[in-house]
Amino acid sequence: MVAKKSIKLLVVFVLALTSFTAFAQDDTVENNLIDSPEEIRAYIAHHLKDSHDFHLYTNNKTGVHYGFSLPVIVWTNDGLKTFMSSAFQHDDNGTVIVEKDETKLVKYHSKIYELENNATSLNLDEAAHPTNAKRVIDFSITKSVFGMIFTGLIMLLAFGGLARGYKKGKTIPKGFSRVLEPLVIYVRDEIARPNIGEKKYRKFMGFLLTVFFFIWILNMLGLTPFGFNVTGQIAVTACLAIFTMVIYLVSGTKDFWAHTLWMPGVPYILRPILAVIELVGFILIKPFSLLLRLFANITAGHFIVMSLIALMVTLKASFGPVVSTGMSLVLALFIMFIEILVAFLQAFIFTMLSSLFIGMAVEEHDEH
Amino acid sequence: MYNLIGAGMIVIGGGIGLGMIGSKAMESIARQPEAAGKIQTAMIIIGALLEGLAFGALILGK
Repeated sequence: MVAKKSIKLLVVFVLALTSFTAFAQDDTVENNLIDSPEEIRAYIAHHLKDSHDFHLYTNNKTGVHYGFSLPVIVWTNDGLKTFMSSAFQHDDNGTVIVEKDETKLVKYHSKIYELENNATSLNLDEAAHPTNAKRVIDFSITKSVFGMIFTGLIMLLAFGGLARGYKKGKTIPKGFSRVLEPLVIYVRDEIARPNIGEKKYRKFMGFLLTVFFFIWILNMLGLTPFGFNVTGQIAVTACLAIFTMVIYLVSGTKDFWAHTLWMPGVPYILRPILAVIELVGFILIKPFSLLLRLFANITAGHFIVMSLIALMVTLKASFGPVVSTGMSLVLALFIMFIEILVAFLQAFIFTMLSSLFIGMAVEEHDEH
Repeated sequence: MYNLIGAGMIVIGGGIGLGMIGSKAMESIARQPEAAGKIQTAMIIIGALLEGLAFGALILGK
């Protein structure tokens, strides 16, 4: 009963945030079709970046874009400004100027700029950087932010249900919780217990489970046609890696710090050198490899899928439309199946390595 | 041009490494099928470390 009600609430929330909109372009596009390698590269780069609205489909005959708009929240010289991103009319070249209480805002390459007082249009220098506008502080609910809020809500609903079931004293969960319980137990028995140790793993289960399901759900969302690329944003993965780093540094035992800073059992001359190596390893290299692995894997996955879809355009001249479309369909489908595997594997590996590092930090050594 | 050659070399190195990990893991699973789970986990961890190295080199070298 509760679950049904909350799902309804979630649907209402999502619908309230995203009103379906269609934008008509003024300069009715002569030919909006993507056909040259440069355009394909630009399109892939555009997809990999965050954006201020959902773009699902463009009707090339009428030049109408279909998608959802999202709220824009920016901090300008003049204070806080909020409006829906539909005000930009799907423009990304800085031509549409949104005026809010004498503040002129434009969107250029997915970034929002504030025009100077007397400017009437966006001027660019040779390197395509705006000259008469400056960046605003952007708190917008962008596509990635929306994806993260959505994932958080899904997790809150699903695991809230599971937890309520246990609180009532039921040992066998009902409904969707029955799917989740084996996954939670998998994380506990295969990831946390062997790596952190029987005594101390309980304290870190919350973090490990959250990270595991957060990354997994976001990776899977990235495979839907909405084009989320949240775990492929380096800021997101960096943040997750920093969480892991703070946790293992804070919970490090006396033994861990002794072994890091003054390694027993090696010649005294080597100990300072080893301390530097170990410190750099724990503070810089381990978090860096964590964040880079997730970011690079997801970005590479999206890149490959997009490139294979683009095959139908690039090979059209030499193989004809039917063969090139068929080839790209088959290859993209194949890679998509691998990506489903990768989505799980990356969540697993991030959690696994996090618990491995935490395990190194909380380990208690016997006397040598 | 040179960074493309470098990227190719990184991929070759990573491929050789992954191949060695995979082949050794398969051999050990064939020798001791009851330890398959543990070997798989260890294999995935080493694979991930290698992959992190290769991706790091690719991104830094690009």
